[in-house]
Amino acid sequence: MTTQRTSGRRKQAAAAAAVVAALLTTAACGGGGKDDDGGTKNGAAGFDAANNKVAQASLAKKGGELKFASAQDADSWDTTRGYYGFMWNFSRYYSRQLVTNKTEPGKAGAEITPDLATDVAKVTDDGKTYTYTLRDGITWEDGKPITSKDIKYGIERVWAQDVLSGGPTYLKDVLDPKGEYEGPYKDKSADKLGLKAIDTPDDKTIIFHLPKANSDFEEMLALTSASPVRQDKDTKSKYGLHPFSSGPYKFQSYSPNKDLVLVRNTEWKASSDPVRKAYPDKISIKFFTNANDLDSRLIAGDYDLDLAQTGLSPQGRTTALKEHKANLDNPVSGYIRYAVFPQSVKPFDNEHCRKAVIYGADHVSLQTARGGPVAGGDIGTNMLPPSVPGSEGQDYDPYELAGANKNGNVAKAKEELKACGKPNGFKTTIAVRNNKPVEVATAESLQASLKKIGITVDIDQYDGAQTTGIIGSPSNVQKKGYGIIIMGWGPDFPSVQGYGLPLWSSKYIQQSGNNNYALIKDKEIDGLFDDYVNTLDDSGKAKIATEINHKVMEGGYYLPFVFEKFINWRSSRLANVYTTDGYSGMYDFVNLGLKSTK
Amino acid sequence: MTELSKSGAAVGEPTSTSPAPSAFLEVRDLKVHFPTDDGLVKSVDGLSFQLERGKTLGIVGESGSGKSVTSLGIMGLHTAGQYGKRKARISGEIWLNGTELLSADPDEVRKLRGREMAMIFQDPLSALHPYYTIGQQIVEAYRIHHDVDKKTAKRRAVEMLDRVGIPQPDKRVDNYPHEFSGGMRQRAMIAMSLVNNPELLIADEPTTALDVTVQAQILDLIRDLQKEFGSAVIIITHDLGVVAELADDLLVMYGGRCVERGPAEKVFYEPRHPYTWGLLGSMPRLDRDQQERLIPVKGSPPSLINVPSGCAFNPRCPYADVPKDNVTRTVRPELTEVGDEHWAACHMSQEQRERIWTEEIAPKL
Amino acid sequence: MVRGGPLAVLAYLIRRLFAAAVMLVVIVVVVFGIFFLIPKWAGVDIATSFVGKQADPAAVEGIRQKLGLSDPIYAQVWEFFKGIFVGRTYSGGGDVTECAAPCFGYSFRSEQAIWPVLTDRFPVTLGLALGAAVLWLIFGVAAGVLSALKRGTLWDRGAMVVALAGVSLPIYFTGLLSLAIFSYGLGWIDAEYVPLEDSFTGWLGGMILPWITLAFLYAAMYARITRATMMEILGEDYIRTARAKGLKEQVVIRKHAMRSTMTPILTMLGMDLGALIGGAILTETTFSLPGLGQAVLNAIKNQDLPVILGVTLITSLAVLIANLVVDVLYAVIDPRVRLS
Repeated sequence: MTTQRTSGRRKQAAAAAAVVAALLTTAACGGGGKDDDGGTKNGAAGFDAANNKVAQASLAKKGGELKFASAQDADSWDTTRGYYGFMWNFSRYYSRQLVTNKTEPGKAGAEITPDLATDVAKVTDDGKTYTYTLRDGITWEDGKPITSKDIKYGIERVWAQDVLSGGPTYLKDVLDPKGEYEGPYKDKSADKLGLKAIDTPDDKTIIFHLPKANSDFEEMLALTSASPVRQDKDTKSKYGLHPFSSGPYKFQSYSPNKDLVLVRNTEWKASSDPVRKAYPDKISIKFFTNANDLDSRLIAGDYDLDLAQTGLSPQGRTTALKEHKANLDNPVSGYIRYAVFPQSVKPFDNEHCRKAVIYGADHVSLQTARGGPVAGGDIGTNMLPPSVPGSEGQDYDPYELAGANKNGNVAKAKEELKACGKPNGFKTTIAVRNNKPVEVATAESLQASLKKIGITVDIDQYDGAQTTGIIGSPSNVQKKGYGIIIMGWGPDFPSVQGYGLPLWSSKYIQQSGNNNYALIKDKEIDGLFDDYVNTLDDSGKAKIATEINHKVMEGGYYLPFVFEKFINWRSSRLANVYTTDGYSGMYDFVNLGLKSTK
Repeated sequence: MTELSKSGAAVGEPTSTSPAPSAFLEVRDLKVHFPTDDGLVKSVDGLSFQLERGKTLGIVGESGSGKSVTSLGIMGLHTAGQYGKRKARISGEIWLNGTELLSADPDEVRKLRGREMAMIFQDPLSALHPYYTIGQQIVEAYRIHHDVDKKTAKRRAVEMLDRVGIPQPDKRVDNYPHEFSGGMRQRAMIAMSLVNNPELLIADEPTTALDVTVQAQILDLIRDLQKEFGSAVIIITHDLGVVAELADDLLVMYGGRCVERGPAEKVFYEPRHPYTWGLLGSMPRLDRDQQERLIPVKGSPPSLINVPSGCAFNPRCPYADVPKDNVTRTVRPELTEVGDEHWAACHMSQEQRERIWTEEIAPKL
Repeated sequence: MVRGGPLAVLAYLIRRLFAAAVMLVVIVVVVFGIFFLIPKWAGVDIATSFVGKQADPAAVEGIRQKLGLSDPIYAQVWEFFKGIFVGRTYSGGGDVTECAAPCFGYSFRSEQAIWPVLTDRFPVTLGLALGAAVLWLIFGVAAGVLSALKRGTLWDRGAMVVALAGVSLPIYFTGLLSLAIFSYGLGWIDAEYVPLEDSFTGWLGGMILPWITLAFLYAAMYARITRATMMEILGEDYIRTARAKGLKEQVVIRKHAMRSTMTPILTMLGMDLGALIGGAILTETTFSLPGLGQAVLNAIKNQDLPVILGVTLITSLAVLIANLVVDVLYAVIDPRVRLS
């Protein structure tokens, strides 16, 4: 879920951070705005009332129109192709999977619960076989039952990357690592169900055969890309314009970048779905191009929440904190914002030069550039997001970034420079996306603090839309001399594999579309990932995750800025609102209700 | 012009209380000043003359001498449509047919424009609106003062075009100005001016923009029409040749003032001002070779903001030192009668001028 | 032209249309060049940038095939032109997508043919541009004429200061300000776009602020141009002639001065309308109007080349048509133009 966001942030982010902090303090002292904390029966629930807990669950009524607003459309509403976090969250309205995230607040929301299946997987054969039985009464929007073959076909679509690009390919990589299957559109078999790794002995049973165990496999089956798709309704590349619903709502209309309306799927039976409450009658999204306009309309009460869930823009944030604090939540997003040092660019091949930058940076100033402790997040001290099992949060701080060295440690940095053989510093270039003002601000902050230790830095703002092509190409990075790349990353699913594998595994170094920007080739880390996929118990998995995190941090490949936090808006009409780690601190869309149905 | 000298109300104080004159047009001590950032531009600075119906007055001078400003002043066009703060300052009296125009209600003056007094401009191409047909423009001029329908007005327009010698007037009436040749355009302009039978016609450099052969035709036309309509005509030109045969009286202007005036043949054959001599010298004449022609007056026209003291012409005058005591540079000469109805403003004595003219100037012309 | 009769006019039109067509071809080629060749020289693989975070080689290859990226550029341009007249089929990986004529390309982001997107969004932009144009013509020209007639007065200076502000203030500032005051603040106007076919008053309500905002900017420019032109025209000989005829001053202004003043204003109007019809990006963004400008902004954000190409073409077409219309009107207003 490291998808592009349009958060509408502006350069004033740093200044705004101070305002935010001040406003929060005032409010805490009891000088708050109109609808202060606590919340009335029909009013807003209160500041942070829905952050990792359920707000106003009992007020949810059946019916009404739930109105989303967004500055950005999904990459695709096709279950196979979507990769944006909000798309995965939203897709639960119209698509179901064998298993899904629990509809519970906080950490519990990241746990797996059966959806189309009667139970979680029966895992046999040393974690290489997963068996599910389907529920009774599960149906498509035309009333036909959802079968195991529909699920298999839906998963097979992941193989058709040449037609259905964009989505996560974990299932393909795990079930068919050699790439033998060509996908359903080139499938020669009559039923187009030629993928050998999945068996559908009858309509109610589905069995997965993994060539190699992967302890996160069920997490992957909980991804939207594991949704069933019915073959006769598969419009291939155009499926995203009108996906055929297996959930409580179906597409009524959709104009890309304009609006989307879901209405009740009358064939869906609540009795067949233990997960979805399906409160509203209608769900709509209106797409905006102006983030400030969007925020103003949220605050005015025209819409209920922001689909993208990337926080209010600085202006909206200030107004909201002043006047409508009870409508805000301040969750941790699951993202870590950081700088990464490609080892192909000298002198970052030397770990001491990398560490010199880590020590030399002013971490408070970087945090301020990100928006401060509230709108930006806590100072990041390591590379495992707090929502991922095995994370120690700020307790693990090997470079004392949030402690003694939080304003930068010049002496220590100079020591590292000496050890690196560059006692007088060096010159390098920071690569930063030009469409992320906050990232540009962090680059400028870093530039300023590195100057103090003799490291001269140029900032290269590249076309943010071309991220994959520009910094995803190691040869280009080397050619341009990008010694420092500013990026952010969030977990696809809450595990060290779902977060760190593409970043830290040597197998994921690619000539284009690379995400292992540091070019980490560490046998120990690769080995730990191998151990991880074979470890089936949760505590063992967490332990390995912790270890991988330590290894990455010890290598000095990354300078974390913040464990990101957002300030998200929730309208006073919303009931049963909570944030969930299952979707990186977003509100759990699928069970939102309205207090009034008019 | 004779009355003026006899009544003694020549140049000098404004005489707004004086009774209406018997002349058809009488201008008394006209001053037209324009305030500018650089100072007050005295374009016309005390000009008086008279004109009777059926007579033609030629006003001659270089550009900037104030002759065009005078004509616009008579038409009341300095005040009409003056926008903003910088308005022209006009004083004196202009009597037209018993009405004093400068003190009259501007709307009354407007009603006289086009009907009682009409004007022909120098460049007919720019003076005619490029977007309207000749017919439309003549019709408009006619209908302002005559309550007739468009058809009648158009018939009148065709009639006028025919009268000024435009062939196929019923077709040409629908043409645009740019579809006419220069001479035809000026004929159309004349047709437009005369459409209301004005009693006063002012022609401001009517032939300057035209080539030589056409010039003569236009001048003939103006003369014929004047005879036919009996109008008073003022022809303004820098070229004495233009008015040589046409004008009954001549008025020579220099630096916003009159330096010589009198019956045309007097001014032509017995000029009594060195500037007039210069003008005659620079007059193109068909009976001379090209090399000998066109001896322009040396030097450039005076600044109208800082008019030279004494005689305004003194810096350019070859005879400035003829009078004694440097008087040409300190005292402004007044108009004095030098012959029958013939007036000139020069410090040299009559005899001196007569001698210079007959001995030095006339033989070279 | 006029003397040559209708045939000559037709020949003139055909000549102009032909020139316009050539212009369009040039534009397509240039736009193609910008989006396909420049990244190539810069060493950026477009196909990769089209794919998401996990750039599966098959996905990259699929995009390359569908977009025809491996074909030589002239073949791609040719395919594009063919598509406009006979439609086009995109195929790759067992997926076949028909794009009916007029096919101005196909968006692989939103999986839509461009032409329906353009026709869907065109009315919004057209409504915005025309409505604003009516406002700015009325207010801009009126203010300019008054300023010219009252030059040097307090009114003139005041109007020109306002006009200077209008020209200098960016749309997103005036737009947001008007939204903040009238929509969020006073709540007078619910400035949200409603299609005309749904509700006329709703449409009016949604358009009024964008109109005013856009008109403010243009009215300011038009006021300045009108003032300058008017002052120049008032000094023309033919205005003096009109006065010498004895015309009332207001007739002189209305009938003689205004008509000449309209000529440069009409030229400007044609250019401005043409450009606006291609999408008033800032206004549409500020007010979240689903017009062409918004489409093009989304397309740029999403690297949706076919949409950018399509909108660029439509914009160019609009500008060319607007110019053509202006030329014809020009000939109607100014008879001299017909000759050349």
